[in-house]
Amino acid sequence: MRYLPLTEADRRDMLAVIGAPSVDALFRDVPETARAADIDLPPHQGELEVERALSAMAAKNVAAGSVPFFLGGGAYRHHVPASVDHLIQRGEFLTSYTPYQPEVTQGTLQYLFEFQTQVALLTGMEVANASLYDGATATAEAVAMANRVTGRRRSVLSGGLHPHYREVVDTLARFVGFRADAQPLDPDGGEDLAALIDGGTSCVVVQYPDFLGRVRDLRPLAEACHAKGALLLVVVTEIVSLGALTPPGEMGADIVAAEGQSIGNGLNFGGPYVGLFATRDRFVRQMPGRLVGQTTDAEGRRGWVLTLSTREQHIRREKATSNICTNSGLCTLAFTIHLSLLGEDGLTQLAAINHAKAVQLAGRLAAIPGVTVLNDSFFNEFTVRLPKPAAAIVDRLAERPIIAGVPVSRFLAGHDDLLVVAATETVTDADMDALVTALEESLR
Amino acid sequence: MSDWSKAVSRFQAAGPGSETTSGNRGLQIEEPLIFEQGADGRTGVDLPAPPAAADRLGGLGRKGAIGLPGLSEPQVVRHYTRLSQKNFAIDSGLYPLGSCTMKHNPRLNERMARLPGFGDLHPLQPESTIQGALELMDQLATWLKTLTGMPAVALSPAAGAHGELCGIMTIRAALEARGDMRQRILVPESAHGTNPATAAACGYAVESIPANARGRVDLAALKAKLDGGVAAIMLTNPNTCGLFESEIVEIAEAVHKAGAFFYCDGANFNAIVGRVRPADLGIDCMHINLHKTFSTPHGGGGPGSGPVVLAEALAPHAPLPWVVHGPDGFRLVEHADGASGTSGTIGRLKGFHGQMGMFVRALAYMMSHGGDGLRQVANDAVLNANYLMAGLKDVLTASFEGPCMHEALFDDRFLKDTGVTTLDFAKAMIDEGYHPMTMYFPLVVHGALLMEPTETESKDSLDQFIGVIRALAERTRQPGAAEWFHEAPRYTPRRRLDETAAARKPMLRWRPPVATAEAAE
Ligand SMILES: Cc1ncc(COP(=O)(O)O)c(C=O)c1O
Repeated sequence: MRYLPLTEADRRDMLAVIGAPSVDALFRDVPETARAADIDLPPHQGELEVERALSAMAAKNVAAGSVPFFLGGGAYRHHVPASVDHLIQRGEFLTSYTPYQPEVTQGTLQYLFEFQTQVALLTGMEVANASLYDGATATAEAVAMANRVTGRRRSVLSGGLHPHYREVVDTLARFVGFRADAQPLDPDGGEDLAALIDGGTSCVVVQYPDFLGRVRDLRPLAEACHAKGALLLVVVTEIVSLGALTPPGEMGADIVAAEGQSIGNGLNFGGPYVGLFATRDRFVRQMPGRLVGQTTDAEGRRGWVLTLSTREQHIRREKATSNICTNSGLCTLAFTIHLSLLGEDGLTQLAAINHAKAVQLAGRLAAIPGVTVLNDSFFNEFTVRLPKPAAAIVDRLAERPIIAGVPVSRFLAGHDDLLVVAATETVTDADMDALVTALEESLR
Repeated sequence: MSDWSKAVSRFQAAGPGSETTSGNRGLQIEEPLIFEQGADGRTGVDLPAPPAAADRLGGLGRKGAIGLPGLSEPQVVRHYTRLSQKNFAIDSGLYPLGSCTMKHNPRLNERMARLPGFGDLHPLQPESTIQGALELMDQLATWLKTLTGMPAVALSPAAGAHGELCGIMTIRAALEARGDMRQRILVPESAHGTNPATAAACGYAVESIPANARGRVDLAALKAKLDGGVAAIMLTNPNTCGLFESEIVEIAEAVHKAGAFFYCDGANFNAIVGRVRPADLGIDCMHINLHKTFSTPHGGGGPGSGPVVLAEALAPHAPLPWVVHGPDGFRLVEHADGASGTSGTIGRLKGFHGQMGMFVRALAYMMSHGGDGLRQVANDAVLNANYLMAGLKDVLTASFEGPCMHEALFDDRFLKDTGVTTLDFAKAMIDEGYHPMTMYFPLVVHGALLMEPTETESKDSLDQFIGVIRALAERTRQPGAAEWFHEAPRYTPRRRLDETAAARKPMLRWRPPVATAEAAE
């Protein structure tokens, strides 16, 4: 077996040194009744055979890059430069553990420090952690943190929050025992969250741009929150948008929870992704997750360490701010490398391209009889109202094959006619032509 | 000052006391932050001009600059290559980090995860376009269920701790469904920190149960605490002392007799995979760290994946989504409803469907090993750990008698009166080219040294390691040992770092040196 270096001779010699008659003797503490004789599974295989079997499985899927593709809804198809994937596969990064021994993990610690800085800059916040699992779990952790900070137990969730994010918060609320008052999705844009804040509100959770792609000025909401002692928690599912939009930190956000997949990370059918978490300096000791800090070594040279770990489970156990241990390490590296390649000019231009493509596409779809674009404002994703159920249209277009968008009915009943459509830099004019033509035909 | 003088002085800003002008030491190269290397107008990507289109950002376009540095591709590649060279990794050496299972990460698995049909697949595509992905999830589930003997598995948890959360929530849901509101969870002293943190996060009071002199749960003490108020026990098996809980069947019986559930932390499943099915031990629920037992890379701290196998009584409460067989192939059930039998679900734990990239890697690993190879994995992991134990137990102090499972636990009695601590000893190992073992965990022994070699180390590699550790242990008894060990490590990119200073005045991000520039003006 190619991953196992011991030879039969090694095993015999080692048992002799140990003084055990057989390997079975080493398992003597296992109760007789629990010793499985034979487990019915296929035998070992070579690389070629495994590759053949898994490739056949992969071939049954329609890869996003092989068709005109307009899906968003919390995961976005962007071009990831070749050097990103090359660098994250370096064994020194790929096969290292959490940097518990700083003298031999300065590489990981330094990129995490760069990552924390990048996330703080992008979101306009003061401090960011070294990642959580994904945007949805980061949001749930953020609500739990707001409850700790304010000593209150009722949060208000905007109807424009991604339904998966809302559901993850709901699950935590149910088992931890706090309230999460989720508002219904409001396609017409009349939602008044400020009116729902009272002295018992720990935070208001609002997505920017929201699930339907709409962008709104959060400053009035921030003021309303702060007037009542509540925190404003801003969720971002498309982090590239912050290359074009005023960052939440400039609008009064107290916590930003975001999905970082769009930068550096592929779609991967939903994971692994990377949860971004940023807040204000004054809340740093209430944050979940790991933090890397700057310090000096015994020779006075600058270096990095994991710090403020008295918040964490391995020190604090049942009093920890979160139970998280393993986070999104390598996905943060991909994020950091991609963002380093983009830089200021690259990111702002990438965001401008995304926005322009979406504006073009929205204009073309709006020109189809019976189709209306719901959004006044958006970044690279917007919602159209169709004269027929969106899910059926999406299924029909998938046969051509065109992946047209996310039907809102996949998440929420009662919105059958809404389709969320995204256009990133990967969408070509020919892709748009194909979508417009196919949609026209299927609505005829 | 000339630009080249400035360049040299920037080197020195990294720290005093260097023997070379640059501060570099041969292949160990000082590397500034990306923020210290940027230039306006430089980029590592070439993007086309955006098509002409009106701005529809609702008046919320970004006003100020972000502050990101501009670097070209060669600079970025060199920067991260240099950073990588400051890391220890399983690819470069023995990494005996107990409980963390630093085994070889096969590269086939990386290639498979990058097949466009898996890597370039959106989680919200129509079902007709993702049949292969759902098939892969279904196959992974079959392997995990077969290896554990359990009837159901929840794939979505993102790591071990997230799996714990999933498991404890399903237990609570099952108790609530029978109107049984219990308040406490029992956790052995030796448990990993995530166990009590998880129990507390689900609203339970945590009660500690002591270990006996053999490093196992004290069954009598456990029974004394078991009453109608206990929701579950969270037990790691093999436990964090590297020992099989030999009374586990009795523990399970006692737990079930009290009406409680048996949660097993499966972080150490690699020791028994293919040999022992947790269902046969009376376990109701167990998370599996795919990033330990099934070799998905740790990536410097993640991502992981923590599927949870569930007994019949807990299966109806599994989190969404579920993958089911329908008449037209596989289907994802994403909402709770009676028709699909999901009305008892705890709900959703994470966005989308789980860590697919890790599922592909883990399945590639399982298929490579097969049922026979996985059993050999457990055999060799246990054999290697016992060989380490045999080679070291006369110079280090083994905490418990008898054969161990996949890891060997020592405590710091061998350092008594030497002035050397477990930490010092670990740092001296670094100079010898080894990553230290897990230290000061588990908490049940003093100054713990927990060594897990894994099955992917050769006998030669173990012999070298044992030889070095023996020499180091001898050195602790020589004159001046305390100072010598305390100075270690000497040959690393950085010497010991001041963690106290880091926590006292946290600097958690880079900031432009505005203040100093102004002060100089
Ligand atoms: C015994 C044990 N339990 C739980 C965990 C937590 O797993 P994860 O880091 O995947 O969340 C670990 C790993 O760190 C562990 O060693």
